[in-house]
Amino acid sequence: MSLGLFPAPIASGRSRRIYTIVLWASLAIWLLPLLAIIATSLRGADDIARGNYWGLPTQWKFVENYLTVFTNTPLLQYAFNSAVIVVVVIVGCLTISSMAGFAFAAYRFAFDKLMFVLLVAGNFVPSQVLMVPVRELMIGLGLYDTIWALILFHMAFHAGFCTLFMRNFIRELPHELLEAARVDGASELRIFLTIVLPMVRPALAALAVLLFTFVWNDYFWALVLVQDVSAQPITTGLQAVSGQWVTAWHLVSAGSIIAAVPPVVVFFLMQRQLVQGLTLGAVKG
Amino acid sequence: MRRNLAPFMFLLPVAIMFGTFVLWPISRSIYLSFFKWDGLGDMAWVGVANYVKLFTGDPDFWLSVTNNVRWLIASLLGPVLGLLLALFVSQPIAGMRAARSLFFLPFVLSAVVIGLVFSLVYDPYNGVLNTILGSVGISRFAPLSDANAATYAIIVASLWPTIAFCMVVYLTGLTNLNSEVIEAARMDGAGGGVLLTRIVLPQLSPATSIAFTVTIIGALRSFDLIAVMTKGGPYGSSKVLAYLVYEETITNYKIGYGAAIAVVLLVLTSAYTGLFLARSSKMGR
Repeated sequence: MSLGLFPAPIASGRSRRIYTIVLWASLAIWLLPLLAIIATSLRGADDIARGNYWGLPTQWKFVENYLTVFTNTPLLQYAFNSAVIVVVVIVGCLTISSMAGFAFAAYRFAFDKLMFVLLVAGNFVPSQVLMVPVRELMIGLGLYDTIWALILFHMAFHAGFCTLFMRNFIRELPHELLEAARVDGASELRIFLTIVLPMVRPALAALAVLLFTFVWNDYFWALVLVQDVSAQPITTGLQAVSGQWVTAWHLVSAGSIIAAVPPVVVFFLMQRQLVQGLTLGAVKG
Repeated sequence: MRRNLAPFMFLLPVAIMFGTFVLWPISRSIYLSFFKWDGLGDMAWVGVANYVKLFTGDPDFWLSVTNNVRWLIASLLGPVLGLLLALFVSQPIAGMRAARSLFFLPFVLSAVVIGLVFSLVYDPYNGVLNTILGSVGISRFAPLSDANAATYAIIVASLWPTIAFCMVVYLTGLTNLNSEVIEAARMDGAGGGVLLTRIVLPQLSPATSIAFTVTIIGALRSFDLIAVMTKGGPYGSSKVLAYLVYEETITNYKIGYGAAIAVVLLVLTSAYTGLFLARSSKMGR
């Protein structure tokens, strides 16, 4: 029996039914703010003007609202910018981090502990202490107000956490394989590409999902490094748009849902990897 | 690739990126904090004058610190409620995996979306909050426009994704429990409460450590929700240190002064980071 589980599984059938009802009711309450936004995005302007937020909508404006958001605002451009930034950051960051993680996991070298501590500590640094210098750097590089500013920064910043994660993961791999390949005369690069990389795919998947969430949802750096519409990602873009549409809750809600959907979809498609990512990297140390 | 050069070649990209965009900016900000500078004209060396002004002559600074303390204390609810939620969703019933994913959803939403969602919840005419208050006869209340309530209103919004995160951390901890010990305790007649406090909680301490550290450091660094929901208002009552840095630097053009605040924030978060790193290396990585 499952005596060793905590909490103990509810035994009685009737209690289980009550529990199930309580569970789904709690979930509805938990997600109520989100459900409210979704419901609001379906309403017409009349309902909003008359304050009808909770009754049945007098007009179903699902298609119209979302279409208005796409055609009357640059939200589509913003979403596209976010998508480009996220994809390039994921590819770039995972590449350099798996290389660096391999370096820490497979070799002993001067200052390795110090460098590793710096990478880990850098994770916890408040963004504001980086704000002015990073902006100076981007202006100096001619990248200020372009998506490349965001791409480069996110790639650099998240490399800390990603390297930590990859190093922990690679450390768990059987090192006999690496030694055997060395004995066979393989170069270090070949060992990395043909032996290590294929074995770390689960870690790369977990990190990709985490990076997607963090980078798509970033607000602060979008605020600091980018002003122009052509380069703004969806976070600051949505904020700007809802500033213009203060009372048009149905449209603001539709915009919010559009901004929220991609990470939610990625999350549901890759949940297992995301949860593994959050806890494996952290719990392992 | 030579064996002894290999680690440095693998490490180089991360070293360059992280050094340029994270490590150098930290030292540059510390440097800037000793100057008076508006970003355009000349830089004037002022030594520790910025820090002196900060600690002795700036009510905004102390207001922000007070708010950060409020954030810190309130954020402690995150791990507690996260643990309770994790225990709640640990029954082996059908659909539990879907329920857990849905409880986790707030974590993948961006601050802009959460800010808009809760702005709707707090809306004095049609939000969830006032609808509920109205149905039990309490008069209308607009938390985000109330100087005494705004900070707490934002903190409540921040707890939504925080509890979701802590839930996942504890769920992982719960799956790694030592079932033999629990079974033996149950055979000895131990009830749920004793089991939880004497046996389960100690086994969950790595999870607890992560949950508290991430939550606390997050509370110290909080920026996005404040910027989105109130911009530090009303009347600056919801400002926190991270937001103060942004305001002094970007809005008031006081680069040196802003840098000084950022350095203070850095020292505070470094204290926690140091504690966490020390504790996790003691626990044996």
